[in-house]
Amino acid sequence: MIDAIDLARFQFAFVVSFHIIFPAFTIGLAFYLAVLEGLWLWKKEQRYLDLFKYWLKIFAVAFAMGVVSGIVMSYQFGTNWSVFSDKTGPVLGPLMGYEILSAFFLEAGFLGIMLFGLNKVGKKLHFFATLMVAFGTFFSAFWILSVNSWMHTPTGFDINATGQFIPLDWFEIIFNPSFPYRLIHMLMAAYLTTAFVVVSVGAFHLLKTNTSNTNSKTMISMGLWMIACIAPLQLIAGDFHGLNTLEYQPAKVAAMEGHYESKKGAPLILFGIPNDEEGRIDYEVSIPKLGSLILTHSLDGEIRGLNEWPRDERPPAEIIFWSFRLMVGIGLLMIAIGFASLWMRVKGILYSCRWYCRVLMFSGPIGFVAVIAGWVTTEVGRQPYTVYGLLKTVDSVAPIDALAVGLSLITFIITYFIIFGSGVFYIFKQFQIDPDQNEKFNNVLAERGGISYIVNALGRVKKTF
Amino acid sequence: MISIELIWAVILAFAIFAYIVLDGFDLGIGIIYPFLTKKVDRDMAMNSVAPIWDGNETWLILGGGGLFAAFPLAYSIILPALYAPLTAMLIGLILRGVAFEFRWKSKSKKNIWDQAFILGSIIATLMQGIALGAFIQGIDVEGRAYAGGWWDWLSPFSVFVGFSLISGYALLGSTWLIMKTEGDLKQLAIKLSKKFATIMLFAIFIVSVWTPLLNPEYFIKWFSWPFMLYALPVPLLVFLTSITLFYALKKQHNIKPFLMTVFLFLLSFIGFLISIFPHIVPPSIDIWGAASPEKSLKFLLVGVVIFLPVILIYTSYTYWVFRGKVKLDDFQH
Ligand code: HDD
Ligand code: HEM
Ligand code: HEM
Repeated sequence: MIDAIDLARFQFAFVVSFHIIFPAFTIGLAFYLAVLEGLWLWKKEQRYLDLFKYWLKIFAVAFAMGVVSGIVMSYQFGTNWSVFSDKTGPVLGPLMGYEILSAFFLEAGFLGIMLFGLNKVGKKLHFFATLMVAFGTFFSAFWILSVNSWMHTPTGFDINATGQFIPLDWFEIIFNPSFPYRLIHMLMAAYLTTAFVVVSVGAFHLLKTNTSNTNSKTMISMGLWMIACIAPLQLIAGDFHGLNTLEYQPAKVAAMEGHYESKKGAPLILFGIPNDEEGRIDYEVSIPKLGSLILTHSLDGEIRGLNEWPRDERPPAEIIFWSFRLMVGIGLLMIAIGFASLWMRVKGILYSCRWYCRVLMFSGPIGFVAVIAGWVTTEVGRQPYTVYGLLKTVDSVAPIDALAVGLSLITFIITYFIIFGSGVFYIFKQFQIDPDQNEKFNNVLAERGGISYIVNALGRVKKTF
Repeated sequence: MISIELIWAVILAFAIFAYIVLDGFDLGIGIIYPFLTKKVDRDMAMNSVAPIWDGNETWLILGGGGLFAAFPLAYSIILPALYAPLTAMLIGLILRGVAFEFRWKSKSKKNIWDQAFILGSIIATLMQGIALGAFIQGIDVEGRAYAGGWWDWLSPFSVFVGFSLISGYALLGSTWLIMKTEGDLKQLAIKLSKKFATIMLFAIFIVSVWTPLLNPEYFIKWFSWPFMLYALPVPLLVFLTSITLFYALKKQHNIKPFLMTVFLFLLSFIGFLISIFPHIVPPSIDIWGAASPEKSLKFLLVGVVIFLPVILIYTSYTYWVFRGKVKLDDFQH
């Protein structure tokens, strides 16, 4: 029998993983739109306005999905994690309250003007509205990541007689030790994710029409500058983030790295199959000493292995070992794509090299994959706790029947796949439209659906071989 | 007697009332949508709320988030107790929320997103009403947790409140349309408003008689001296307001019908507060027993004092930008 707690965990993981797909895209896209509109006001070039209008339509759809999936999130804590809510409410509630007041209202308040107001309020005010929406997404990330980070590295609190966490020092709570790293890493993740989508759509149209497509080229160029600058920084930020985690959650790092035994001068395990049952890695492929070098910055540094923790206090290495490698692998790929773009710019073949364009086109979704892999690493690595070291997941759950949770879970899964499936379909349909022809297509949407974006893309691959 | 807990109860009541009125009229548009048969009428109705619905729904998040922050114990008891209706409400809100964007993208004649918009609005409203009814009935508590079963919310009373709320939101929606449209559509909205006003007043009457019978404590507040004296103006004002409402509908006023409807909602809301105060989880937990420690309440109160006025200013600004009667061609993005 599956019990209520596993169902509740699965439901939370499902709805939050769906939710994060949209913020990961809209945080970046809101800023991209602000940059485009700013450039248009400043340089008065038509292409920036074209692109602004093009991406605004996509933003509207993605944002709507982010909002409705987010409302679900804000009720999950109470419906499914009520004990957690009772205990952490005094500390986390106000932070989420600040998120609502400073971010959600700001986004929602100016969204109407941003979407429908260009002819109503004048250019400058409209730009202001776009900026406000963009700031809103930033503030939202700021507060919710502060909340999440506090659950990983709780500080600045006390525990009262009823077992509630109560605040002692708000500054320590908000700027808890893992928060700055998580905020920077997540924001850059959102910018990278968006940049890859933008570049992918540009590359698709460049390949398709094969002419001097200025708008597509502008998209590719802007996105690739972003990628070339941010991808390497993301590696550095990730490294710092990992060191911070080593300090506060060493068990998580041991699971990420696949270390079961404590060792001086530990190797860097590239591949292998973690075996939690036996407490070892099967079929290990590794580079000697590198693990210690990366984590302790010394060849003989000691790394604690998972076997040092009692079994019921270990996170499941079998999941996070892989999710971590997936994220880092994609990160390295992004760096490579970024460097390649610099080299091609120097050579002057950025838009003419067809295989590179194809790589760009297909790497559109990799940001999303990395984001989800990263979150899985972080969240599963925190297990078996919700508030690290203090409140166990099993003790956080609401007293709800397994049957009720099971039914709600099935309902969520069905609705999400239909609704968000349709949304993604419409977004793909929009991608079909050439950004250089956007105005022409303003009202007549491409007849063929979003699937043909993929079919077209696959067709082009076949031609290559 | 004015304590910070009380201030927070007032803030929360304000957020919930703001939500009821604001999302009430755009959910109401969804409820009366089946009566709008022409495509242009539907486009108009949709456009009259498209720029603002997201802001309206944010008050719901503030209601939930405010409860979590200020009264975490109440949040952690009420939400599990209302698990099924709240989950269904969320599904309804998803269906209608995405319909705003999706319906422009689907070109087929029988637009399924119109259906999703209707269905979602009705589900969300019905479930909010059921949740409200179940809440008024009272929630079983043991220690610091919900102690009832997961069907407790279902009762004749809660279902009745659910359907009453549908008529109420429909009235808000149709009077909103009176304000925002002209010509045939406005006439249609007036006709609908008359119907729904009748149903809603009838529903208010039944709920007002039924509520005191649910719980002796409610009964004392409404029917014993001297409490009665405080409560009495409410039904009187309801009476006066409904007369004004029908008169304004007859005279085809633009704005008055909507304002009178809002006022009816306010009176019903006050009646509801009179019944449950000072409880936040009726019948056992009051606002002092459920509140966060003072330090949490104070910290977020600072935020409310700073942000709420600013929010009200820019929200009003958005309403002002989109003021007046809607026109079709304003809404392409
Ligand atoms: C504000 C808090 C918060 C935030 C921002 C996130 N999470 Fe989380 N997560 C939780 C708060 C939480 C939690 C309430 O604490 C859960 C529920 C059960 C649990 O163990 O922790 C959890 C569990 C949880 C699990 C299940 C882990 C397990 O049970 O083994 C996954 C896969 C994720 N989350 C994934 C995510 C993703 C993809 C996020 C990106 C948005 C995310 N989390 C953000
Ligand atoms: C699990 C915790 C989370 C909860 C409870 C939550 C809650 C919400 C809610 C209620 C909304 C809708 C707000 C509106 O109406 O505008 C929303 C949207 C949003 N959330 Fe989350 N969220 C969570 C995780 C995250 C994370 C981790 C991020 C980013 C780092 C994030 C960023 C955003 C952003 C930018 C929006 C704006 C809407 C959009 O993206 O389209 N959220 N969230
Ligand atoms: C390039 C090398 C990268 C390294 C070394 C790295 C490192 C890390 C580490 C150590 C964590 C876990 C933090 C914790 O302990 O909780 C993490 C989390 C995460 N990573 Fe990465 N990362 C890299 C690339 C990326 C990329 C390219 C993306 C997305 C585009 C990404 C998105 C995330 C996200 C969303 C999280 C969860 C949120 C957080 O805890 O910050 N990462 N990363």
